[in-house]
Amino acid sequence: MSVFESNIDQRAKGFRDNSERMRGLVADLKTKVAEISQGGPSDARAKHLARDKLLPRARIDALLDPGSPFLELSQLAAHGMYGGEVPAAGIITGIGRVSGVECMVVCNDATVKGGTYYPITVKKHLRAQEIATDNNLPCIYLVDSGGANLPNQDEVFPDRDHFGRIFYNQANMSAARIPQIAVVMGSCTAGGAYVPAMSDESVIVREQGTIFLGGPPLVKAATGEVVSAEELGGAEVHCKVSGVTDHYAEDDLDALAIARRIVAHLNRRKDALLESREAREPRLDPKEIYGIVPSDTRKPYDVREIIARIVDGSEFDEFKQLYGTTLICCFANLFGYPVGIIANNGILFSESALKGTHFIELCSQRGIPLIFLQNIAGFMVGRKYEAGGIAKDGAKMVTAVSCARVPKFTVIIGGSFGAGNYGMCGRAFGPRFLWTWPNARISVMGGEQAANVLAQVKRDNFERKGEAWSAEDEEAFKAPIRAQYEHQGHPYYATARLWDDGVIDPAQTRNVLGLGLSAALNAPLEMTRFGVFRM
Amino acid sequence: MFESILIANRGEIACRVIRTAKRLGVCTIAVYSDADAGAMHVELADEGYRLGPAAASESYLNGNQLLKIAQRAGAEAIHPGYGFLAENAGFAEACAGASVVFIGPPAEAIRAMGSKSAALELMSQAKVPILPGYRGGDQSDEALIEAAESVGFPLMVKPVAGGGGKGMRIVNLPTELKAAIDSSRREAQTAFGDGELLLERYLEHARHVEVQVFADTHGNTLHLYERDCSIQRRQQKVIEEAPAPGLSDALRERMGAVAVHAAEAIGYVGAGTVEFLLDPDAAKEKKKKSDPFYFMEMNTRLQVEHPVTEMVLGVDLVEWQLRVASGEPLPKTSVELNPAGHAVEARIYAEDPARGFLPASGRITHLRSPAGPGVRVDTGVREGDAVGVHYDPMIAKLIAHGRDRAEAVRRLGRALKGYEILGITTNVAYLSRILSHPSYAAAEIDTGFVERFKDALTPLPASGFEPGHAAISVILHLALNRSICGERVAVAEPSPWTRLRGFRLNADAVEYLRLRADEETRTFTLTRSDNGMDITCGEKVFACLARFNSDGALDARIDGRRVRSAAIFDHGRVDLWLEGNVHRFTLVDPDERRAAAQSGHEHLTAPMPGKIIAVLVEAGAVVARGQPLVTMEAMKMEHTVVAPFDGVVENVRFGVGDLVREGADLIHLTAQL
Repeated sequence: MSVFESNIDQRAKGFRDNSERMRGLVADLKTKVAEISQGGPSDARAKHLARDKLLPRARIDALLDPGSPFLELSQLAAHGMYGGEVPAAGIITGIGRVSGVECMVVCNDATVKGGTYYPITVKKHLRAQEIATDNNLPCIYLVDSGGANLPNQDEVFPDRDHFGRIFYNQANMSAARIPQIAVVMGSCTAGGAYVPAMSDESVIVREQGTIFLGGPPLVKAATGEVVSAEELGGAEVHCKVSGVTDHYAEDDLDALAIARRIVAHLNRRKDALLESREAREPRLDPKEIYGIVPSDTRKPYDVREIIARIVDGSEFDEFKQLYGTTLICCFANLFGYPVGIIANNGILFSESALKGTHFIELCSQRGIPLIFLQNIAGFMVGRKYEAGGIAKDGAKMVTAVSCARVPKFTVIIGGSFGAGNYGMCGRAFGPRFLWTWPNARISVMGGEQAANVLAQVKRDNFERKGEAWSAEDEEAFKAPIRAQYEHQGHPYYATARLWDDGVIDPAQTRNVLGLGLSAALNAPLEMTRFGVFRM
Repeated sequence: MFESILIANRGEIACRVIRTAKRLGVCTIAVYSDADAGAMHVELADEGYRLGPAAASESYLNGNQLLKIAQRAGAEAIHPGYGFLAENAGFAEACAGASVVFIGPPAEAIRAMGSKSAALELMSQAKVPILPGYRGGDQSDEALIEAAESVGFPLMVKPVAGGGGKGMRIVNLPTELKAAIDSSRREAQTAFGDGELLLERYLEHARHVEVQVFADTHGNTLHLYERDCSIQRRQQKVIEEAPAPGLSDALRERMGAVAVHAAEAIGYVGAGTVEFLLDPDAAKEKKKKSDPFYFMEMNTRLQVEHPVTEMVLGVDLVEWQLRVASGEPLPKTSVELNPAGHAVEARIYAEDPARGFLPASGRITHLRSPAGPGVRVDTGVREGDAVGVHYDPMIAKLIAHGRDRAEAVRRLGRALKGYEILGITTNVAYLSRILSHPSYAAAEIDTGFVERFKDALTPLPASGFEPGHAAISVILHLALNRSICGERVAVAEPSPWTRLRGFRLNADAVEYLRLRADEETRTFTLTRSDNGMDITCGEKVFACLARFNSDGALDARIDGRRVRSAAIFDHGRVDLWLEGNVHRFTLVDPDERRAAAQSGHEHLTAPMPGKIIAVLVEAGAVVARGQPLVTMEAMKMEHTVVAPFDGVVENVRFGVGDLVREGADLIHLTAQL
C-alpha cells in the first residue's frame, strides 16, 4: 500500500492557528463531558452513595472487563434542553466488553431526576437498542429509574418511538437471539417493570432493587393495602416467590459479577469474515489533525492529510485517483480490518458522484466496511450541471449509499449541508454509527447561503413591487437567519437531539472508528441488493 | 594437573568447582540425584551421571556409587565440595583404595579433627589455646555436674559428635544444668546415635574468627589470613567477612601462627579452616596474660565462605586445592600473599526469616542476579529451577569486595537490593536489614548479634499495601503488559477492544483494578494521559512513568523516584519483587461473588514444605474448632494443622508419608452452621 507523504508544515502560522482553535474546541468538549459525567446534583449523588449504591459510571466500570474500552454514546444528549437539568439525558449508554463479549450497556442515572425518562432519554435508550440490533450486541440494562417523566408524558408515552418501543425492541431482539439482561439496582416501576420482566435473564439487588406495576402509594390509593416497597417487589419476593428475577445479589458489585457470569455463559462467537492484517499505528500523529482542519470551514484543504492520520501505517490506495477528484475513494486498513473510505475533497460533481457510486458497489461486492468522512457544501449547481444530469448522478450515489449492506460509518468532519449529507451517508442513511467533530456544522445549507437565498427571494418581492430595500435592512434581515443557522447547526445542538451518536475529539477518530468497526462485526455481513440506478 | 575430576556435590559449590576446573582445562564430571537431573551443576559439567534417588543417603552420600561412577568415567580425582562426604574419613580412605585422588586432607587428619573432644585434647597437647571445659569419659550426670563447677558459668553443653548446632545448650545457672544435659543427650542420641557430651565455657560476646590454612605435600603450610563469621543464626553463619574487623596486627599474626601450628600438628594437607572463638574484651586488654582466643574446631575442607578470602587475596582456592592434590607445591608463599581491601559475603537461603527461618521450597519463577564492580555471585540455581526439601536450603552466595569495609558493605547492600528472586521465599531482605543495622556498620559484631537485634531484623508483618510503591508497581506491570490484562477470552482477531486499554471517549483512558493483600482489598484507578500514568488509590495520587527494560524488569518513576520491580503473574496471583523485598497480591477477579467471601469454606494448606506424618481425621468427620487434623514434619520440626472452626471434613488430599509443598491444599473443611 502507498504511504502518504504529508505536505503539512507544522511550523506554519496557519497550522498553529488552526491547532489552537481546535484545541480550544476539544478542551471545551472535554470540559462539558467531564461535567456531565458527574451525573446529577451533588446532593442527589451523596444520597445515592449513602444508600450503599454505586454511582452509575462506577457500576459500568465494575461491569466491564478490567481495562475494557467504553465507547460511550450521545454523551451530550439533552445538552441545553430541559433547563440544562438532565445531564446525558439521565441515561448512560455505550459499548464495552463484558466477559470478552462486546455488549450494549444501558444504565439509568437515578441521580438525575430519579432516572426518569425525558423525551431525549427515550430517544437515547432506543438508539442504543437500535445499535445493538444492527450490530448484534447483547444488551445489559442497569435499571434504576422512576419510569416515564410524568410532566412530559405526551412526548414520552404514546407515539411509535416512545417508551413502549423499548419493550417491543427487547422482545424482538430476544427473538433475534440478541441476549437481553437486566440488573435491577433500584426502582423499576410501572412500565419500567417490563425491562427485567422482558429480559432473558435478570438480577436484582437485595434491599435496593424493586419491581412492581404499581408502587406502594398507588396500591394504597387503589385498594387501601399498606405495604412497603421491599415487601411489594423486592429481591426476596421476586427471587423466591414471583420468579420475575432469576438471581439474588448481595449488593451492586455482586449483581454486576452475576451479570458478568451470565454473559460468560452466552456462547457467542464473533466471526469476522474480513481478511485482517496486523494492526499498526499511523505513521503520522493523529493529533496533527488539529492543525490541518482550517478555522474557516469554507477554506479547502487536502482530506488525504486526515485519512493518513486515521488509517494503519498512514497507508492507503486510491481508486480513480485522476477522476472526479473532489471525492477521495481509497482502500486502507483500520486496526487491521480492511475499509473503504469515501471523503469529500471539494464540492460534488457528476463525476465525483459516479466515482463514489462505483466505489460503494465495489465495497459492497467485496464485503468491505465503508467509512464516510463528510465535509460537503453540496452538489454543484447551475444550468450546465443540471443539464449534465447531476440530479440523476447524485441519485445514483444516494441509491448506492442507501442500499449498501456492509457496515457504514460516518464522521462529519466539517460542513454537512444539503444533498451532500445524503450522498455522504447522513443520519437518514443508516450508518451503524455517526460521529461529529466539534468544528462541524450541519444544516440544510450554510447559514450564509440560507440568509442569501431568503434575502434574494425577499428582494425579488420588493423589486417586483418596485420598492427599494436598503443594505442595512437587508443585513438586519439576514443576521437572525445566520444566527439561527449557526445555533441550530452547531454540533452541540445536533448531538443534544441525537442527530448523531456523539461529538468526538478528532484525535480519537481512529480509535472511535476502530471500536465501532469491531463492534459492528458482531453482526454477520449481509449481501447487498441495489435499487434501480437512473442511467 | 588432573585430566578429569568428579565433583561429588551439587548446587553452588559444584558449580564453583566446575568453573575453576574448566578454566584450568580439566574435564568435569557431575553426579546428580533424581531431584537434580536438570540442575545447573549438571548442565555446566562436561559429563553427568545419575547417583540415585533424591534422598541424600541414597545419592550424594552414597560413596560406593560415587566411586563406581568415578572409575567408569575415568575420573582421576574427586572433589567433595563441602558437606555430604567432604569430612568423611572413610570415604577418603575408600578413594585411596580405588586409586582415585580425594581432593582434601588425608583420612587421618579428617579423623583427628572429626571428634571434637579428641581434637581439643590434641590441640591442648600442641599448646593451642582452648576454652576451659570438661571432655571426660565419665558421662554420668554427677560427673558432668561436678565438672561444671570448675568450668564455670555460663557454659555450653555440646554433643561430642555432629555439628550444625544440634543439641547445644547454653546454661547460665547451675540449677539449669541437669535439664540441659538431659535434653542435649536425648537430641544427640537421636541425631547422631551418640549421646556423649562435653562441657565448655560459654563466652557471651565472643566473635567467631577463623583462619584459612593451606598445606601441600612438600611440607609447606601457610595461612591465608582470617575471616570473621560472627553473624550467625541458629549457629549457622549468614554473613562472613575478611579481614576480621578491629584485629591488631599482632593478634592477627598470632592467630595465623597458631592455626598453622594446629594444621601441622595433625599433618594436614590441602585447604582447611581453624575456627577460633575470640573474646573481644580480652583482645582489647593491653597487658596480655594469655591469648584472647580459643580453638573451637578445625574444618577439614573448603568452607562455604572461602570467597571472601579469595577476593581479598586475589587467589582461587579451588585451583590451589587441585594443584596441591595433584602433587604441586602451594602456588604462593606467605610473603606473596598481600591482603587488599575488604570482602563481605551474604548467604542466600530459601527460608522464611519471619517464621523462624523455616526452609522454603518452590520453583524460582524469576531470577536476576546482581552485577557490578566488586560483586561476585556464586549460585547453583537458575530461573525455572525447583528448590526442593531434600538438601540444604542455601541457594547462592553474594560477595562484594571494596577498598574498605564500608565500601564492601555498601556494594553488598546495593547488590542485595538488586537480587531479584521470585517464586520462593528467601532471606534476601533479612540480609539487607543486617547490613544496614548501625551496629553492623560499626563492626560491633559477635555471635549474639542476630539474637540481640531480633526485633529490628525481623520485620513486622506489614500490610502488602505498605509501602505504597509495591501495589503501584503491580498496577504498572498490569498497565504495560497486555498479556496479563483482565482479558479472559482469547481473541484471535486484532481487536481494538483489546488494544485500546481503558479507552474513554473525550477523556483520558482509565482502568480500575482491585488488588488484595493480607485479606484487604483496595481499588486502584489508573489514568493514562499524554504525560504518563496517574494511579489513584483513595486520596493518594501517584504520578508514574514506566517502561519495561530489555531484561524484562519494570523501570518506573513514581512521583519522581526511580523504582525497579519484577512481577510474576499466575492465575490472578502476583508475586512482586521490589528492591530486595517480595510482596504477594491477588488481582481480584471481577466475577468474584460477594457472598463467596462470607461462606464457611476453607482449604487448609501446608504451612511449610514437608512430609505428612499423621492424618488424624477422614472425609466426613465432624470436627470441633482447634481439633488437630494433620501433623506434618519438616526439617525435624513438627507442625499440626488444626480446624479453624467447627465443621465437616470434605476431603483429605494427602496420606501419611506424602511430601507436600508449602501452600498445598491438605484438607477442605466446610463450616457447620
